[in-house]
Amino acid sequence: MPDLPDYHWPPMGKRRVMGKPMNRLDGIAKSTGAAKYSSDRKPEGMLYGALLTSPHAHAKVTSIDTSAAEKLSGVEAVRVVAKAGTEIQWAGAEVAFVAARTEEIAEDALRLIKVDYEVLPHLVNEEDLSKVGSRGRAVGEQVTGDPDKAFKEADAVSEGHYGIPVLTHCCLESHGQTIAVKGDHVEYYPSTQNVYGIATDIGRALNIPVSNVHVNMDYMGGGFGSKFPADVWGVEAAKMSQSSGKPVRLFLDRATELTMAGNRPSVFANVKVAAKRDGTITSWQSQTWSTGGIGGGNLNAGLFPYVFTKVPNRRINHTSVSINAGGARAWRAPNHPQVCFVTCSALEDLAAKLNMDPLEMFLKNLDYTSRADLYKFQFAKAAELMEWKKNWHPRGDSGSGSVKRGLGLALGTWGGAGHASTCKTTIHPDASVEVELATQDLGTGSRTMVAMIAAETFGLPVSAIKVKIGDNSYPNSGGSGGSTTSGGISSSTRKSTVNALQKLFEVVAQSLNVPADQLEAVDGRIRVKGNPDKGMSFQQAAQKLGVNSISEMGENNPRNAPKEGLNTGGTGGVQMADVSVDIDTGIVKMNRMVAVQDCGLVVNPKTAESQVFGACIMSVCGALYEERIMDQQIGRVLNPDMEFYKLAGIGDVGEIIVHMDIREENDSRGVIGLGEPCAIGGLAAIANAVANAIGVRVPRVPLTPARVLAALERRTA
Amino acid sequence: MSFKPDPEKQKKPKSSFSRRGFLQGVSLTGGALTTGILETEAEAQTGAKIQGPGEVPITLQINGKPYRTAVEPRSTLLDTLRNRLELTAAKRVCDRGTCGACTVIIDGKVMYSCSVLAIDAQGRQIQTLEGLSQNGRPHAVSQAFTNNDAQQCGYCTPGFVMAAKGFLDRNPNPTFEEVKRGLGGNLCRCGTYMGVRKAVLEAAKTMKGAKNA
Repeated sequence: MPDLPDYHWPPMGKRRVMGKPMNRLDGIAKSTGAAKYSSDRKPEGMLYGALLTSPHAHAKVTSIDTSAAEKLSGVEAVRVVAKAGTEIQWAGAEVAFVAARTEEIAEDALRLIKVDYEVLPHLVNEEDLSKVGSRGRAVGEQVTGDPDKAFKEADAVSEGHYGIPVLTHCCLESHGQTIAVKGDHVEYYPSTQNVYGIATDIGRALNIPVSNVHVNMDYMGGGFGSKFPADVWGVEAAKMSQSSGKPVRLFLDRATELTMAGNRPSVFANVKVAAKRDGTITSWQSQTWSTGGIGGGNLNAGLFPYVFTKVPNRRINHTSVSINAGGARAWRAPNHPQVCFVTCSALEDLAAKLNMDPLEMFLKNLDYTSRADLYKFQFAKAAELMEWKKNWHPRGDSGSGSVKRGLGLALGTWGGAGHASTCKTTIHPDASVEVELATQDLGTGSRTMVAMIAAETFGLPVSAIKVKIGDNSYPNSGGSGGSTTSGGISSSTRKSTVNALQKLFEVVAQSLNVPADQLEAVDGRIRVKGNPDKGMSFQQAAQKLGVNSISEMGENNPRNAPKEGLNTGGTGGVQMADVSVDIDTGIVKMNRMVAVQDCGLVVNPKTAESQVFGACIMSVCGALYEERIMDQQIGRVLNPDMEFYKLAGIGDVGEIIVHMDIREENDSRGVIGLGEPCAIGGLAAIANAVANAIGVRVPRVPLTPARVLAALERRTA
Repeated sequence: MSFKPDPEKQKKPKSSFSRRGFLQGVSLTGGALTTGILETEAEAQTGAKIQGPGEVPITLQINGKPYRTAVEPRSTLLDTLRNRLELTAAKRVCDRGTCGACTVIIDGKVMYSCSVLAIDAQGRQIQTLEGLSQNGRPHAVSQAFTNNDAQQCGYCTPGFVMAAKGFLDRNPNPTFEEVKRGLGGNLCRCGTYMGVRKAVLEAAKTMKGAKNA
């Protein structure tokens, strides 16, 4: 057996491509409109699909009549999914689908479908736990140490209530697909985070081999955790395509997208937390409840107190509340932003009670975390960038004017080790290089990352690498969830490219009459180590392949990855926020955010920073604007549109400073995913900054003017 | 669907509506269906010709070329671009004039194409993102968006590029504060605003350079 090639990343100081900021490869395609998303596809003869949803939060379908819709000229398929007798569990649930020659006809057809419902009682609000009755289910108490004794002995005890509502993903490209079923072959253009795996859902639904389902998706307009399965609309579009013999495009309208295509569970919390006079946390108690829809809200309450999980005395209770609303889906760092918000709010309140700088208190307790040194460094860096010492003041001590300024902080952690991934690299005799893997680029820059890694291995410019992703005819590289993609694809690409280069070395070695292991690929040349003049261009080397090409696989297997060292899991980051609050109007204005974020080895600092910027902006959205509002009277989402489901605009987010924590010691841990870890702490930091500014905790986000004013009123009352 | 640029050059459309006139027409068309007002009476009252229901032929001037197709009077310009003309750069996101993903420039004005009816866009100069690149060269704004990574998933990007282009046409030398206000009509979910701010300022510089050259 020959020795395995050396897959290790080149040393930090010796990388030519990796680690250098690079424009994303598909930037021009996206910014010129040339990029074709699945929702832009229009195969010959395509029909337009549309979906009828339930207006009732809880109801039984007593009858459904589609005959008028079927008779409408231009309608080519009608399918009922909620037949008579079906019990509907949330408003927005799928009832029937149509496909028609034009979108307008499809919409008319929906209006012609007559559905009678027997309306049943519903619950759509969980915020007041006393009103949820039997819909709440306690999931058991976790007790560590002796919290009661610790509370009794503590120098300070702080109690508070905190709430963070259900958010929806609000992907700009809604969920859906264009799909063409012809006989037993399917051309499938979904909008998905799961290019390889999603074919299974369609194959099973149509009872055809998954190998006959060809998935293609070059671009997708946002997923954030919500786009993995084919979903009911995928299966029904496929069936309408099958019955009509024509391709069908069906993407959810905005209201349906915001109502039932996924959401992030709420969390409401009553917290009691205690410390010694010097700020050492001694005890934590939390009673939380949450909902993610009909399935309840299964919070990972074991994450409390967030990051400071080694606090010795803890009592943790959680109640899952089932409501009549669309189901939750993964949302950038499932559980973490909510648990972070509750924990960091409670700790900030405790620090205020102790009249202590929360930065000092957080630093004081870092031994309760798993990464004390990392956070220590990051807090110092963030404090420097935020000028924390100069700008922080004790809570509420913010001058006499009506505009109060305050600072807040938070921290986060995530795993993000690479998922299973396989990659195939081909070197053609004309020296063109193809790298193929069935991954997807959600806008994270994964396409560019693959090219950079291949270019690094081959000593070629990035432009010489052809990256082929977004297609399930390439090797399986898994779905993009839990920040596992970067670690997975970087490692498989590295191994596959090193394997291919090894084969090329063997060919070159013969002609140069040196051992293959004496060769290196640098600056477009294959040359002898230590004797750079002896060698040939990559082009000449490839020509030696004659009529054959080299194709080599590379695999990231999560079980072996830790010892290979190309990727690992476990990251940390800290966020700080600087806000101004007008106590006359209740309006919160973002001045500045600082994020210091580790994700191990950073392949492309440019796209990495973009992800962190984006996460900070999402945090502003969640802290100040976003909330799914349910109406108990009608049982529906009141704001399933982008006017009242509010996102921050370009002028709402203040300045943002991102510092990627790129250091030798972090780099040596290999590549770690970034999507989740940076999307955790920002919201909590902003909420803490507002409390610091106005001298009182606004218990519930988003921090709307009404909530800020109400909190101020309670203080003066 | 036919979507080829009209070979016989642009003909002046038979009825070129003002928005106001069109909206009056719409309300009366609606009325005609339910209350039985005759089309001729409606026309006499408004001076506008009733169109539809059903598809009507239209000609749109897009990126300097005439496009002929047929749409229902209720079809938005956005849906017509995307579904009939396969000009898919403009994206349908909120579909009600909030998010700006469908932004186009009409007669020099930045507009949400989801909020303009296709029949109402006849006789007007419509510019879409597809028309911005010249001879395969990306427009300065598109290039600046790439240089500054002003995009992630990219679904809001076409709208942002058009809004930025229109903004810079009006205000070729903007301050940072003006950029933040001027691009306030577009929303991004991935959070690319930092890059957009930088991109617009960079594009302002390069566009001036191009003019001087």
